[in-house]
Amino acid sequence: MNGDLLHIQDLSVRFFTYQGVVRALEGVHLAVRRGEILGLVGETGCGKSVLARSILRLIADPPGRIMGGRILFKGRDMLTLPMKEMRRIRGNDISMIFQEPMTSLNPVFTVGNQMEEVVRLHQKVSRKAARRICVEMLEQVRMPDPESVLRKYPHELSGGMRQRVMIAMELSCRPDLLIADEPTTALDVTVQAQVLHILNELTRARGTSVLFITHDLGVVAHLCDRVAVMYAGKIVETAPVDALFRSPGHPYTRGLLAAVPSVDEDREVLASIPGVVPGLIDPPAGCRFHPRCPAARKECEHLEPAGVEVGKDHWVFCHAGRGKVKGER
Amino acid sequence: MDEGVVIRAEGLRKYFPAGASGLWGRRKAFLRAVDGVSFHVREGETLGLVGESGCGKSTVGMLLLGLHRPDAGRVLYRGEDILALEGEAKRRMRRNIQVVFQDPQSSLDPRMLVKKAVGFPLEVNGLARGAEVTRRVEAMLAEVGLRPEHMYRYPHEFSGGQRQRINIARALITGPRFVVFDEPTSALDVSVQAQILNLVKDLQKRRGYSYLFISHDLSVIRHVSHRVAVMYLGRIVETAPRGDLFQTPRHPYTRALMAAVPKPDPARRQPLALLPGDVPSPVHIPPGCRFHPRCPEVMDVCRETEPAPVEVGPDHVVACHLWHGTGFDARRRSA
Repeated sequence: MNGDLLHIQDLSVRFFTYQGVVRALEGVHLAVRRGEILGLVGETGCGKSVLARSILRLIADPPGRIMGGRILFKGRDMLTLPMKEMRRIRGNDISMIFQEPMTSLNPVFTVGNQMEEVVRLHQKVSRKAARRICVEMLEQVRMPDPESVLRKYPHELSGGMRQRVMIAMELSCRPDLLIADEPTTALDVTVQAQVLHILNELTRARGTSVLFITHDLGVVAHLCDRVAVMYAGKIVETAPVDALFRSPGHPYTRGLLAAVPSVDEDREVLASIPGVVPGLIDPPAGCRFHPRCPAARKECEHLEPAGVEVGKDHWVFCHAGRGKVKGER
Repeated sequence: MDEGVVIRAEGLRKYFPAGASGLWGRRKAFLRAVDGVSFHVREGETLGLVGESGCGKSTVGMLLLGLHRPDAGRVLYRGEDILALEGEAKRRMRRNIQVVFQDPQSSLDPRMLVKKAVGFPLEVNGLARGAEVTRRVEAMLAEVGLRPEHMYRYPHEFSGGQRQRINIARALITGPRFVVFDEPTSALDVSVQAQILNLVKDLQKRRGYSYLFISHDLSVIRHVSHRVAVMYLGRIVETAPRGDLFQTPRHPYTRALMAAVPKPDPARRQPLALLPGDVPSPVHIPPGCRFHPRCPEVMDVCRETEPAPVEVGPDHVVACHLWHGTGFDARRRSA
């Protein structure tokens, strides 16, 4: 589709470990459209971070390997690009923010030092001009007193400030796509609110597409336009955010929504999903959710469910899903 | 007067030395982790203690458990000062007060069989021996939803949620009356968190335990608590029954905290409340009301005088100048 900035097709990633082959991603399809914030939700170990890293080809090989599929960015397959090209895309066209900003910043250099380096690596400007760009960027992320922040070392900043420095740095190169991997998970709620606000404002104003990875459904509802739900290395549902919360199609999505305690209503008992997330060395056959699924039927045990369009732009990968099967249109 | 109260904390204070020491090795700066905290927990009740990182909520838990000694204040268990106890009496007291920590991995010895880990408190306290230990461990595991064969496995063979069940079993096996839960579900995924929260509530219903439930997550606190205390920079700023606190929060900090939580419902999407700045360091606590530099409703008095707690409703106490001379407290005084 023309509106797609990034199109992931049939992506499979495996990790070869002593314990066995981990099937981290199997046949994943996902598109990120221009200007949208797409939420990618799922629980620990479902493969959402692997997916994010695969896009930038940051999977360490060995042990990991991209087994197949295509990652089309502006129509070009990133998996076949030479490394030199890839390096140009990283930072310039696609940037990434990680969960723990302290590990992304070098502790022995000042913030200014690191930000300038990034700016000058991607834009041909003088040191002085780079400094000015840094100050402007920090102002845009509402950093009080940017001049003094530039002189500080990462450990002198709070978690929220460090994450704002990262956002400023990543957006300074005006990427088309920002991948944010749980950027607010390590932050307190009041600080998270600040960071989400800044991220939303800046990316909307510039039309930057965002792939926002999180396990927090509240953050998804607040920030995203569309959502993809992952379970055990597969996408199980994609939908516009309103549709997902109003009429979740996949039993896993329904379970996830029911399991979240609410700040504004009292529930006596939380619905919980029985059992645990399966290991990906030997994932269940058929639908990977079937051992925990309250609606599992015979075919779920051996047949992988195809995508079914249950509403406008709303796809569910479940045998019980009602609607048009993918490709029927 | 303390009828039905299991734990009462009075004026707890705990300072940690911070930064470099001055001339003659005298400490110049102190991190004021807990700075005058009082509360009580009633029989069969859960008191939720909520606040952001560094507010001192975990230190409060440690003080109740006797894992830190307070610089000032008392902890009473059914009216008895537990800090004054020594030796055997102290050990006996500890059976009554147990804890479940956040990280289910690091709180279990990787080389200890589950049977040993869960049964150990019984042996240490001389409560059971031999086959009796096995019998009671088995019963306890059943209570938290684990099977007898799990006794002969090591912690690494379990998922995070199951490990937290093991920790709960170990905490409850000596038959405590009061349990501190310090962020027990923060390391777990939501679907597993729901299982553990349900278990914790269910055990309380069946056995009548009293809990202090510490968490940074307001929705978790709302789900498990009967009453809630909100902490900010070493102080409790508001205490209220759950319903009151969530429907009519009075302290500007409580309100900001609630408004900052993104709701899992796009239909009610609204701007998140933005407090200016970060939580100040507990080494440099602002004068007057600790919250005043970030408070949207700051008044002159807030910059100089620390607000005293005011009762604004039944069981609803707020430490904020906005409520002085108003509501319940004033009405009751004039009546």
